[in-house]
Amino acid sequence: MTDPVFILLYIFIFPGFFFLISYALFFAYLDRKIAARMQQRVGPPIYQPLADLIKMLGKEVINPNGVDWRVFDAIPLIALAAVMTAFLYVPVLGYSPLAFQGDLVVVLYLMALPTIALFVLGWLSRNIFSAIGGIRAVTQLFIYEVPFFLALLTPAIMAGSWSITEIVVWQQHNLWIIFFQPIGFIVALIGLQAKLERTPFDIPEAETEIVAGPWTELTGRRLALMDLATDVSLVVGSALVAALFLGGPMLPWVLAPFWLNGIAGFVLFLVKTLAVLLLLSSIKVATGRIRIDQLNDIGWKYIASAAVVQVGIVLVINYLWVVP
Amino acid sequence: MPEVVVSIGPQHPALKEPVNFKIVADGEKIVRLELDLSYNHRGIEKAAEQRNFIRVLPLLERVCGICSHSHATVFSKGIEEIMGLEIPPRAQYIRTIIAELERMHSHLLWLGVAAHVIGFNTLFMWTWRDREAVQDTLEEMSGNRVHYGMNEIGGVRRDLTPAQVEAALERLPALEERIKKYVEMVNSEETMLIRFRDVGKMSREEALKYGAVGPTARASGVDYDVRRDDPYLAYAEVPWNVITDTHGDVYGRTRVRVGELWESTQIVRYCLENLPAGPIRVDAPKNAPKGEILSRYEAPRGELAHFIRTNGTDKVERVDIRTPTLANWTSVAVCLVNQNIADIPVIVAAIDPCLSCTSRMTVVNRVDKEGR
Repeated sequence: MTDPVFILLYIFIFPGFFFLISYALFFAYLDRKIAARMQQRVGPPIYQPLADLIKMLGKEVINPNGVDWRVFDAIPLIALAAVMTAFLYVPVLGYSPLAFQGDLVVVLYLMALPTIALFVLGWLSRNIFSAIGGIRAVTQLFIYEVPFFLALLTPAIMAGSWSITEIVVWQQHNLWIIFFQPIGFIVALIGLQAKLERTPFDIPEAETEIVAGPWTELTGRRLALMDLATDVSLVVGSALVAALFLGGPMLPWVLAPFWLNGIAGFVLFLVKTLAVLLLLSSIKVATGRIRIDQLNDIGWKYIASAAVVQVGIVLVINYLWVVP
Repeated sequence: MPEVVVSIGPQHPALKEPVNFKIVADGEKIVRLELDLSYNHRGIEKAAEQRNFIRVLPLLERVCGICSHSHATVFSKGIEEIMGLEIPPRAQYIRTIIAELERMHSHLLWLGVAAHVIGFNTLFMWTWRDREAVQDTLEEMSGNRVHYGMNEIGGVRRDLTPAQVEAALERLPALEERIKKYVEMVNSEETMLIRFRDVGKMSREEALKYGAVGPTARASGVDYDVRRDDPYLAYAEVPWNVITDTHGDVYGRTRVRVGELWESTQIVRYCLENLPAGPIRVDAPKNAPKGEILSRYEAPRGELAHFIRTNGTDKVERVDIRTPTLANWTSVAVCLVNQNIADIPVIVAAIDPCLSCTSRMTVVNRVDKEGR
């Protein structure tokens, strides 16, 4: 298990970088296709996200006047690196070999980094639309992050562990956490949608108001990498929600040859992440963008309260029924 | 955050046409704004003075890409009145059918744009798909999707065959069903209510004071529609209602427009079913007698006025076009103050601006050489 070759394979090939990027591009395709079909459009062909990525990687990089280009180059890389690292702790084949107590906190931290990166981008761009977008991004961060964290930490309280893999194992022995925490699941979905800045929470990049927000001055490979970081976040977020609420990539029983468990886990991983994606895409299609002040109202009044109520319910359940 | 100046336009994703706002914002609130129009002066009025009545209609049709029929109709209506021509009823009905189809495609387009600016792209895709049915009907009747070329002084250029009437009537039920759905969506879809309600409020007094016209004014409770108050074409004979609303905000304007969509389908249906027989045009004289007229018309965006002066030749001496967008601009500037930056696009879109049609002239102050 601790064979360095295995760890390297895990990080770089499967389910690490290579698989992750392919799957992220496939996710982006599927997201666009689902939205297109719901809107009675044809939608893109399957290679479209890859073609976009390659095209943008080859485009000219334009440095806005007076902007520190080193920082501009670094920010998309940091964002991408953060979310790709986060994926290593999310179980894909039943468990993650890199799991440790507290990896849930690390994953949440790493997933918050792209938003901070966007804020810095907007702030550095010397462009009024970017600056407004950056401020909106960070305002939005303060609104959704608290309920999102609360919603994702309740499974940890229930399973009595800060490790995602152990929470998955707990669900293998008991029930899926979604049955105990339906409110938490909904809050987590809303929080994830807000974190990924998808409609109705695409406030920081509202195309018709502030051009593209913090993205306005991104060009060429910077834009490609930032886009890729968003696509990867979508996969990581879906996988995290699937692991914490939907039982993750584990069957409730153990299959006879050991390797069969891995395959079953992988299939479960695909099915569950795609199910989460379908939910996220439906939210995207069914709504328009809300305003930042409206989000503030809704976020703190309802979503945060719902998350707190869920924590309370979990504490009561834990008190009444001593978890084995 | 201190006050910042956000310059929007003349190139901006929310605006399909050139206009410039300088918005002074305090955080997300708008404190005041400056408006800069006329980026696209095309010299159409001057060009219209050089062409005779046959050649001027295609030119005037090109004032606007959406209400093209409106401009041609209002002009020929004025000239016919100066010449004292009586237009055959069949021509009146055909003009009405095209006019109402045009209103339908314009309002469907607007509904899509309004949905798009609040990020609700699903409705945008749906309305634009349904708009294709209207466009197809127009194409079948006139041969064109945008500039129909149906008008000429003295009547219309193309007759409607029974097959065309049949095909148009066949398309109507599906369209009516979709429009019913949109009426329902506008009143119940949470994502639209939350962004349209109490945004860009304008009272009845303000609407009158700033001279708003069309759906913008009717949404503030101004019960005025040229089609009813100064009937032309076949509107006096067709049963229909003027839609008004008392909300006065973007929600009210949306309600008025979807209401008008429904009325338009009924007008088109009535006209198609009761299309009178007879000739489609009368021969018009080459020259118009000396005269002046203000010809009015209810375009999809509001009251459109052409002031025409003739001098006894086959050309106009002066034609002055006042588009509804120009009448509505001042109301936008008033509505925007104290609103959220995020609401600029939707408030601007709510009057359905057609900027390039509006850009008509530049007044130069010779003393300080400052254009305005």
